[in-house]
Amino acid sequence: MATLNSNIPSGPLAEKWEHHKFYTKLINPANKRKYKIIVVGAGLAGASASATLAELGYEVHNFVFHDSPRRAHSVAAQGGINAAKNYQNDGDSVHRLFYDTIKGGDFRAREANVHRLAEVSVNIIDQCAAQGVPFAREYGGVLDNLSFGGAQVSRTFYARGQTGQQLLLGAYSALNRNIANGGVKSYTHAEMLDLVVVDGHAKGIIVRNLQTGEITRHNGDAVVLATGGYGNVYNLSTYARGANVTAGWRAYKRGACFGNPCYTQIHPTCIPVSGDYQSKLTLMSESLRNDGRVWVPKRKEDCGKKPADIAEGDRDYYLERMYSAFGNLAPRDIASRAAKTVCDEGRGVGETGLGVYLDFSAAIQRLGESKVRERYGNLFAMYQEITNENAYQTPMRIYPAVHYTMGGLWVDYNLMSNVPGLFVLGEANFSDHGANRLGASALMQGLSDGYFVLPATISGYLAGQNPGKRPTTDTGSFKEAEENVQTLTKRMLGNKGKRTPNSFHKELGKLMWEHCGMARNEASLQKGIKAIGALREEYWNNVSVLGESNDWNQSLERAGRIADFIELGELMCRDALMREESCGGHFREEYQYTPDDPETKQGLVNPGDVKRRDDQFAFVAGWEYAGAADKAPILNKEPLVYEEVKMSTRSYK
Amino acid sequence: MKVTLKVWRQKNRNSSGSFKTYESPELNGNMSFLEMLDVVNEQLATRGEEPIAFDHDCREGICGTCSLVIDGKPHGPHKGIATCQTYMRSFKDGDEIVVEPFRAKAFPLIKDLVCDRKSFDRIQHAGGFITVRTGAAPDANSIPVPKPDADLAMDAAQCIGCGACVAACKNASAMLFVAAKISHLGLMPQGQPERYKRAKAMVDQMDEEGFGACTVTGSCEAVCPKEISLDFIARMNRDYGVALLRGDPKTIKGGGAG
Ligand SMILES: Cc1cc2nc3c(=O)[nH]c(=O)nc-3n(C[C@H](O)[C@H](O)[C@H](O)COP(=O)(O)OP(=O)(O)OC[C@H]3O[C@@H](n4cnc5c(N)ncnc54)[C@H](O)[C@@H]3O)c2cc1C
Ligand code: SF4
Ligand code: FES
Repeated sequence: MATLNSNIPSGPLAEKWEHHKFYTKLINPANKRKYKIIVVGAGLAGASASATLAELGYEVHNFVFHDSPRRAHSVAAQGGINAAKNYQNDGDSVHRLFYDTIKGGDFRAREANVHRLAEVSVNIIDQCAAQGVPFAREYGGVLDNLSFGGAQVSRTFYARGQTGQQLLLGAYSALNRNIANGGVKSYTHAEMLDLVVVDGHAKGIIVRNLQTGEITRHNGDAVVLATGGYGNVYNLSTYARGANVTAGWRAYKRGACFGNPCYTQIHPTCIPVSGDYQSKLTLMSESLRNDGRVWVPKRKEDCGKKPADIAEGDRDYYLERMYSAFGNLAPRDIASRAAKTVCDEGRGVGETGLGVYLDFSAAIQRLGESKVRERYGNLFAMYQEITNENAYQTPMRIYPAVHYTMGGLWVDYNLMSNVPGLFVLGEANFSDHGANRLGASALMQGLSDGYFVLPATISGYLAGQNPGKRPTTDTGSFKEAEENVQTLTKRMLGNKGKRTPNSFHKELGKLMWEHCGMARNEASLQKGIKAIGALREEYWNNVSVLGESNDWNQSLERAGRIADFIELGELMCRDALMREESCGGHFREEYQYTPDDPETKQGLVNPGDVKRRDDQFAFVAGWEYAGAADKAPILNKEPLVYEEVKMSTRSYK
Repeated sequence: MKVTLKVWRQKNRNSSGSFKTYESPELNGNMSFLEMLDVVNEQLATRGEEPIAFDHDCREGICGTCSLVIDGKPHGPHKGIATCQTYMRSFKDGDEIVVEPFRAKAFPLIKDLVCDRKSFDRIQHAGGFITVRTGAAPDANSIPVPKPDADLAMDAAQCIGCGACVAACKNASAMLFVAAKISHLGLMPQGQPERYKRAKAMVDQMDEEGFGACTVTGSCEAVCPKEISLDFIARMNRDYGVALLRGDPKTIKGGGAG
């Protein structure tokens, strides 16, 4: 069994981070350059970490599978980034951001991590502004803010619907500066395919050059994974097509525990699926819910009608009805599940019946079309491009889609996994969002981890390592890991199967959506586990991967990633099955509030809302690989201890 | 609908390439252009033929990875969008569509429709940053930025680094891209101290990478998915000129936001 020690520092919550930084061992400046750190990934988390570690004096080697660090999936974030600056003087504070995040995560995140995140958030904005990130400004020249994702204060900073790209360009520019001055060596089109563990410590990686197919070994005194989320396990999602779990999964197979894999976020406002050819789902920014009203017809019979022909009285503005305090701004998990519920009742709209309206007519009446155009023009244009419909004239159709994964590799307070020397940052770790992430908080976490947390905590580990004794790449573990990669490549290319890797990905996606999607139950999860296990076996008997290993080969790249997704899917179902409660994005149909529950009667929740079971499930699940894909993984638990906040019923009514 | 594709196929940098013709299966107008290629590729792979290599990632016009020349136009028929945002409803049943990679000396071909745009990164290494250490930043509101400057900087910053401007230019010039980068930082007060040094370093690296000269034909602006304005090129030229006049970049002090 692995040991999951959270290493949360002692002392009052608000002082833990300052104290911890003070007591963490430092490395003297002259010695820093002797340490070599491998960073995989250059999204917000990886780029910010690489740049900052290099500034501190460490020798940093950065790897990305993309052709350029600037293309990491972080570019796609539209909405914004939170920070407890309280520039609007509307009552925000570090404590409020902390509390909102803990509650938003349905009391399944670590208090100490979340508090640190809220503290550090203010530094992030300073850092990004100094780098020249063109945040939106008010006429007086100061930074503008939005209220976003159900927050009751305006704490979201943004850059014209391109916040992710602009923040990433900031981190990328910091990375570039350090590439130019020799602090960072950058490897692009370089995919990590295995983690090298020497005497129990992470000491290197195996990398495939995607252009030449060459496989190389790289050693370091520590390995940092900032490799993003795994939502593409569902095939259809709002992620970039290339986003994958391979780095994390291969680390899992080398002993790193996978934390809460079943916690996925389904975003309520995406463009619905239109056909079987669909390759990705497009998010319509959540900011639309600030002015759009969500509704479906009250009666099934009206679903086929044009929305304009459905009288006001025949419309069910169900979020406003069910969650009067938050209305259309109810948190993502709640808004998504409500959409599913009304569609399951047969009241969904659009060709497939899997859609709800997001209606701007009231906003257009109130503000005028030009104001609406100014606020959301680019989004309306994007919607029109994809659907060929004009949302100024007819309501948008939206439906929930997979958007983010709260689960990820387990890490302690120092962001180190249970494998010493292996650190995990950004969406790739499980740490700060509990069972549901709030809007505009992922960008904040990625940059917090990379700019501020890891650079302060990694020295605690490195101080115990002797860079003079760093294992060289000709040692046994490196050789074994490289052979492992070579064997897998040969196996895939040599397989005389009939099906394309993509056809498996599609099938996996459907299984995951059906059995481990927005609503889960025991029987269905058990079916899912069986079906995915069978798919895994078929994969290795029947996949056909064309092309060669020593050339640019997208089929080969994908085949490896899909194989990992299949195994991950099975683990997600197991985790969801084990967690016999509902919390945040994890909804087990067996555990929901009924009309008879006291909380329902007090008006705190609606019947059908998620029901936690704190007495039994207030823990982080850290799954440990059992040595083979068909062996049941081992469950380790990290209890969640709340010192400051009381775990309470999460009410948005 | 169905279309006929004439696609550039080339095994790698060292071999020569040629156009191959493929008949698409039945398509749907709501498919994106890349989804159409997915469908064609699945059909090829099922027949045991190697799929067409093409670059893509976000499929929503923001990462700058997709990169096709469709019927002679980088990013296809429509203005202000990338290839991945092009839908099949823009074509007619029976159309013949020619699909090629971005071609430029500084973008060597990798395979089929995929080219290597690392030269863009190297231009950025040369100076595409504001020097500020993590943790050394003052409070964000202590540096007010006039809204018009911030908005104009944002107009430039929208560039997604796709390289269509280069592919569209008969000289394979990268001026629009480099101008967008230089203008974004040069318009912000934070970017002033290194403004001219940055312009010179990036322009020099651009020349070194083998991009051509600009003869202001404007074809770059016409294909740019983010509609980056040619005005930024004029801005860059001014900054570059100032840098030359001032000589040794080490002695350069900041200027005003023009
Ligand atoms: C459409 C969309 C909109 C969003 N909007 C918002 C928003 O408004 N606000 C918000 O806070 N969050 C938003 N999010 C979430 C947020 O963007 C992500 O969670 C965050 O950017 C992830 O950053 P990251 O650095 O962890 O990973 P990524 O940006 O995904 O970067 C992963 C990096 O790892 C590299 N990599 C991965 N695997 C390997 C490997 N095996 N070998 C080598 N390199 C590898 C990749 O090349 C890449 O550089 C949005 C997400 C989506 C999908
Ligand atoms: S200027 Fe336009 S065309 Fe050129 S790289 Fe930037 S976004 Fe692409
Ligand atoms: S695939 Fe990202 S811009 Fe087209």
